Amino acid sequence: MTQDRVLLAHGAGGRMMGELIERVFLSRFSGTGARLGDDSATLPVAGPVAFTTDAYVVDPLFFPGGDIGRLAVCGTVNDLATAGAVAEWLSALFVLEEGLEISVLESVAESMAAAAREAGVSIVTGDTKVVPRGAADKMFVATAGVGRLLRPWPITGAGAREGDVVLINGPIGDHGIAVLSKREGLAFETDIVSDCAPLGRVAAAAVQAGDVHAMRDPTRGGLASALNDLAAQSGVCIEVDEAAIPVRDAVKSACEMLGFDVLHVANEGKMVVIAAAADAEKVLEAMKAAPHGEESRVIGRVLAGPAGQVTLRTAHGTTRLIDKPAGELLPRIC
Amino acid sequence: MKYVDEYRQPEALRALAQTIRKMGVSGARLMEVCGTHTMAAARFGLHDLLAGVVRLSSGPGCPVCVTAQREIDLFIEMGRLSHVTLASFGDMVRVPGTRSSLERERARGARVEVVYSPMEAVGLAAQSGREVVFFAVGFETTAPGIAVSLMEARRRGIRNFSILCAHKTMPAALEALASSQIKVDGFMLPGHVSTIIGARAYEFLPTRRGVACVISGFEPMDMLQSVMMLLGQIRNGSPRVEIQYRRAVSREGNRAAQEIMAKVFEPCDVEWRGLGMIAGSGLKLRPEWADFDAPSRFQVPVPESKEPQGCRCGEVLAGTAEPWECELFGQACTPEDPVGACMVSSEGTCAAWHRYRR
Repeated sequence: MTQDRVLLAHGAGGRMMGELIERVFLSRFSGTGARLGDDSATLPVAGPVAFTTDAYVVDPLFFPGGDIGRLAVCGTVNDLATAGAVAEWLSALFVLEEGLEISVLESVAESMAAAAREAGVSIVTGDTKVVPRGAADKMFVATAGVGRLLRPWPITGAGAREGDVVLINGPIGDHGIAVLSKREGLAFETDIVSDCAPLGRVAAAAVQAGDVHAMRDPTRGGLASALNDLAAQSGVCIEVDEAAIPVRDAVKSACEMLGFDVLHVANEGKMVVIAAAADAEKVLEAMKAAPHGEESRVIGRVLAGPAGQVTLRTAHGTTRLIDKPAGELLPRIC
Repeated sequence: MKYVDEYRQPEALRALAQTIRKMGVSGARLMEVCGTHTMAAARFGLHDLLAGVVRLSSGPGCPVCVTAQREIDLFIEMGRLSHVTLASFGDMVRVPGTRSSLERERARGARVEVVYSPMEAVGLAAQSGREVVFFAVGFETTAPGIAVSLMEARRRGIRNFSILCAHKTMPAALEALASSQIKVDGFMLPGHVSTIIGARAYEFLPTRRGVACVISGFEPMDMLQSVMMLLGQIRNGSPRVEIQYRRAVSREGNRAAQEIMAKVFEPCDVEWRGLGMIAGSGLKLRPEWADFDAPSRFQVPVPESKEPQGCRCGEVLAGTAEPWECELFGQACTPEDPVGACMVSSEGTCAAWHRYRR
């Protein structure tokens, strides 16, 4: 009898688990260029690599523009991209709630395989656990990733310097609002879809076009958190222009209606790039020519101080601080 | 007409600020009494645009901030009953009571649900079968919605729903402020409360207290225009109630909402954090609706409530102290680790300062 739901037995390490893994994961992930079946994967790495890990607990599992699987692949690819590394190998770990429909699991795996192909990565190892009903909410995913550095040294958040230019690859706020629009209890109609996308090529284009000093992907906590982190790590002040920060009209309206500051809303397909002023134009053009970089813009500049501060120049010429959001704006957004 | 960009045009804002400067009125002390105005002023840098000409201070306009410690403590006590689910607007979740907060209680196993409307809480009661207690906090803007949710609960025969009623009303509080020792030349009146109660609810302020009054919208253009209108009244010595927020407010207000409120609630004396007891400034359930009153339904120990030491929320709310004058501001009291409601509320004066100005 073909199982239609995940059972505790599927996590027990026996034949049923083997069959589940074969049916759901191996059949899809081996197409990404990897050979699975051993407890560990060996990687042909020579030279410095970047390594990252992330967990995904987004609710609902499927939302306009994406799902937990796509998020998991893109999120890890993007974390490596911010270090100036090209992601090559991913691991994928699943904690499944007893009773989860296997068709849901298959859709997620399908989406991960597609995202992996788009990003040019292989999913080479993983793990599966099943917990009793109620001990997890449907499904949690964790990925780790390894990628080769494009340059002999990594790009960190500490490299921004006075005079640098701040760029971003497109409009902010799409992901958080897209997920929120699917939550129960909030009925608002919108065409907004998540911007969830792999940014390896945008980041590589930037790094290869000019002198990139720092990068960060503005996920939870939004652009505000990312800029504050960069300013603090680099010991500089970052100033951005309200009129230059791209926001879609629909996202703006949704934020006004719900009382959110769009600077605090999560993104899953955005990269902040800080580059030397002399290379700003080259970097901008290179980003625009890369997939998911078409709407790139310059949004601000790096000043000497006060260190750790982030300010916004409003459209009418006043300035105010951009603070990190305190506490949880929206739970389980990624 | 999209109602956002049109009211934020940079050229127009600068021109309006210039016009205000040229009016030649200086030293006027204006007070806004709405958390959304507090945040908007800080977010759009209006204090900078008006620097040297007008002082715009924040009064007790944040319903979360003015909720007495005792009420938060009582709500938390109810949440400790195993068959109760607490339902609340998001901004109450992190407000510290004397010993705990909803956020902490939730981490310890209490059932706390954030809802965007009271109807959601009624739906929760219907679905879950648990006793759902809704924290009814807010001014006249939210009270009609809560009244409707009680009517709906009764209509559907939902008996496992009740409210902790902490509603407050603006006119009596404004009277208390106007007659206190704080010098206020003009009030920027709350736009959304006014859509419900109408401009006529404030007429006693200019006639009895000589205070200039303008009901203002929330975009920077609205607020600057209101400042201009207030200064006009002050310069001409002609205090009255004017409506700047014409697209939403009328003299009569929303009659249907007023009637619904009057059907379910009646005025009562209530304690405002920072201002003390203000007669007739609260709402309580009428006897016919008292079966929805949570404190009557649940026997919980009345907690001993205490304001945190060093906290000057009360003075900040009354407009007699600025956030930076409180020793705790930015040190022991931050958005991540708030001591008082003014910092944790999304519309609190201290939160606005910390977030946008520091």
